[in-house]
Amino acid sequence: MLVQDVLSLAADPAGLLPARQQMAFTLGWHIILASFGVAFPAMIFVAHWRGVVRDDATALVLAQRWAKVSAVLFAIGAVSGTVLSFEMGLLWPGLMGTFGDVLGLPFALEGLSFFVEAIFLGIYLYGWGRMPPRRHLLMVVPMALAGIVGTFCVISVNAWMNTPAGFRIVDGEVTDVDPWAAMFNPIAGWQFAHMWLAAYMLVGFTIAGVYAVGMMRGRRDAHHRLGFLVPFSFASVAAVLQPVVGHLLGGGLGDRQPAKLAAFELATTTESPSPLRIGGLLVDGEVSGALDIPVLGSLIAQNSFTAPVPGLDTVPVRDRPPVNITHWAFQTMIGIGTLLALAVVVYWALRWWRRRDLLERTWFLRFCAVSGPLAVIAVEAGWIATEVGRQPWVVYGVMRTSEAAGSYAGLWWLLATTVVVYTGLTAGAVLVLRSMARRWRQGQHDLPSPYGPQTRLSDEHPGREEP
Amino acid sequence: MTVELVVAMAMFVGLVAYAVFGGADFGSGFYDLTAGDAARGAELRTEIDESIGPVWEANHVWLVYVLVMWWTGFPTAFAAAMSTLILPLLLALLGIVLRGAGFAFRKFSATLSQARLYGALFAGSSLIAPFFLGTAAGAIASGRVPADGQGDRWSSWLNPTSLLAGAITVACCAFLAGTFLTADATRAGHGGLAAQLRRRALLVGAVTGVLVLGSLVPIARDAPTLAEGLTGRAAPLIATSILGGIGALVFLLRRRPAAGRVSAVIAVASVIIGWGAAQYPWLLVDEVTIADAAGAPATLRALLLVAALAGVIVIPLLVYLFRLTQSEQWARD
Ligand code: HEM
Repeated sequence: MLVQDVLSLAADPAGLLPARQQMAFTLGWHIILASFGVAFPAMIFVAHWRGVVRDDATALVLAQRWAKVSAVLFAIGAVSGTVLSFEMGLLWPGLMGTFGDVLGLPFALEGLSFFVEAIFLGIYLYGWGRMPPRRHLLMVVPMALAGIVGTFCVISVNAWMNTPAGFRIVDGEVTDVDPWAAMFNPIAGWQFAHMWLAAYMLVGFTIAGVYAVGMMRGRRDAHHRLGFLVPFSFASVAAVLQPVVGHLLGGGLGDRQPAKLAAFELATTTESPSPLRIGGLLVDGEVSGALDIPVLGSLIAQNSFTAPVPGLDTVPVRDRPPVNITHWAFQTMIGIGTLLALAVVVYWALRWWRRRDLLERTWFLRFCAVSGPLAVIAVEAGWIATEVGRQPWVVYGVMRTSEAAGSYAGLWWLLATTVVVYTGLTAGAVLVLRSMARRWRQGQHDLPSPYGPQTRLSDEHPGREEP
Repeated sequence: MTVELVVAMAMFVGLVAYAVFGGADFGSGFYDLTAGDAARGAELRTEIDESIGPVWEANHVWLVYVLVMWWTGFPTAFAAAMSTLILPLLLALLGIVLRGAGFAFRKFSATLSQARLYGALFAGSSLIAPFFLGTAAGAIASGRVPADGQGDRWSSWLNPTSLLAGAITVACCAFLAGTFLTADATRAGHGGLAAQLRRRALLVGAVTGVLVLGSLVPIARDAPTLAEGLTGRAAPLIATSILGGIGALVFLLRRRPAAGRVSAVIAVASVIIGWGAAQYPWLLVDEVTIADAAGAPATLRALLLVAALAGVIVIPLLVYLFRLTQSEQWARD
């Protein structure tokens, strides 16, 4: 199915494809953990706040457990993020050498927010029982705020690649560099808002799903209800806002990146008004198997009954992105986004107006269990749509991805090694988290390390650490 | 003083902080690795958990800070170093990833055999990462990273200066960690553990000293520009470093590990600063100067703001974190 897309890459230098796959794989892996870093602290804060301020023991236990989970997730998030810092230079010396001083400022500010996050994470994780409870609770707030700043910074760089700003090119040289203009480029704000909500959806649905599975297995206590409701509420707000923000982000795409919009909409020719094309494949220049809904394409993409989506035929062949991947990724994101938004609306509507709780229904719990993975897929699809849709450019209209790549032999080996290492990390994380959940279900709270003398020590000092 | 020099210095401060604090975290891997079987090593490994657990992620951010300051302030030199040194940097990166993951997984692993696996990963990779970072530093210091980034992918870091720099980095990390852990164990009142750590830190300190002295002649031959700076402009810093090292050993011998820790920090910090002073004005020795490598002026000015923010936000917060972890309340267990 993707033969054509793959072939369109075949003309590029040999090191390009593995470098792109390497970047895509490590970024796609890291974005899941980064989402936890962004969104989890707020949820932990709500649970911890209920525990301390409202004296709710169930909530406090949740906060303690989530903090331990975050210790594992944030650690591998930090190291996989470092991988990306290195890869920016190792894989894309052409980009960093030429534009490092244009796009670097938000990265530097992001570094500062990493500091704040890491410092307060350390204090928070090790502060249980060692600080006055309310002060300890406050330690989560800077973590959550730093997560917002960090997200804006890193997304602003990606937005800059879509809408380059803050420099001019004169005789092939980059001049008039204004790093602030680069940082606050035209779509940085909307792209940030979109990813920020996406992080809340990913984490909210994933954690809620864990407790939904527990309820499906008959564990319907207060612990599970609260463990479900806190993240589910965050995810609900984000899911309802996301289509609106996504739509606003897409506004003007036809002017900024017409080739990307054409690929999103699978518009081979310019039609007025354009249909909304659902599904379908581009084979030999012909679209097959698509479902066309008349006029809707113009309406959604251009906010107009007549304005067309510019067709791929208006774009020179060498400037076209791989169409099928982009189209399917985009529609996967939209489809999942729509489905999740509808689902949460139904849930809360029934709960508020009909006083019916869908948590009693197994089918709804089943749906919640898969909502987390669906949100993960939506995030990955969104990134694929944005990134593949920008090709063949790394900096849209200015630098081609092939000019950014280094000239290395053996990058496939790097990719293979990375896949092995990351698979190991994934397996390790899943095993550790599952074993933690199992021990909690068995009534252990403290989870002492199996090699340490803490078991004995904590007998001597009952109640020092967690309940 | 020019803007680019201030930015380079702000970046270098990050490097020194990483070497000292990140180095002490890495170095604890050495004691973990040599702590013996599960029963004998239990107390030490738990001490390491408690000692670096709250701080390692914050200390690690110094590395990210250095990278982003470098690529934003001096982009072409960054791209050149990254292209030439891709192999040691990838190996260091592997060490960094496995160290962090191994450490986090071990603490919460369910069984002893899993903890052993993760512990071995954590401890082993704690030594791999600084070794390869050291070789990369040695490559730059000995003038093996050409401005165009087309340096030899192997001989740039497989040479006397790089290999010795790698070994010295590992030894310094282990020595720093020895003084940190001894001080922490003493403060927590674990007398037996403190005595054991003290003995091993003394041994590591002696080995480090011999290694450093033995490397002087080969490095001087292999890296003339660096050697000239080390014996010239940077000589006072090198002398400070030697005194710091001796002081640390003496304090450890006299059972004053807290003072020994300060002394060891001075030793390592001044040798790193000495390296910087010795290779000034080069960013990539014999190839690119700081002034030549400087990026756009507007960006350098923005980086000054970043550095100032780091000074007023990050440093006080780090001090707060360190003070908390060193306080009475946090020490008791
Ligand atoms: C349902 C309505 C949605 C619409 C209309 C929408 C729209 C868009 C558009 C137009 C882009 C491309 C921006 C560009 O390249 O210029 C995009 C990117 C993206 N989308 Fe969506 N989206 C929706 C739902 C979602 C959902 C549910 C998620 C994940 C939970 C998501 C995650 C992403 C991500 C991660 C990106 C790339 C990074 C970014 O732009 O922030 N989207 N979306």
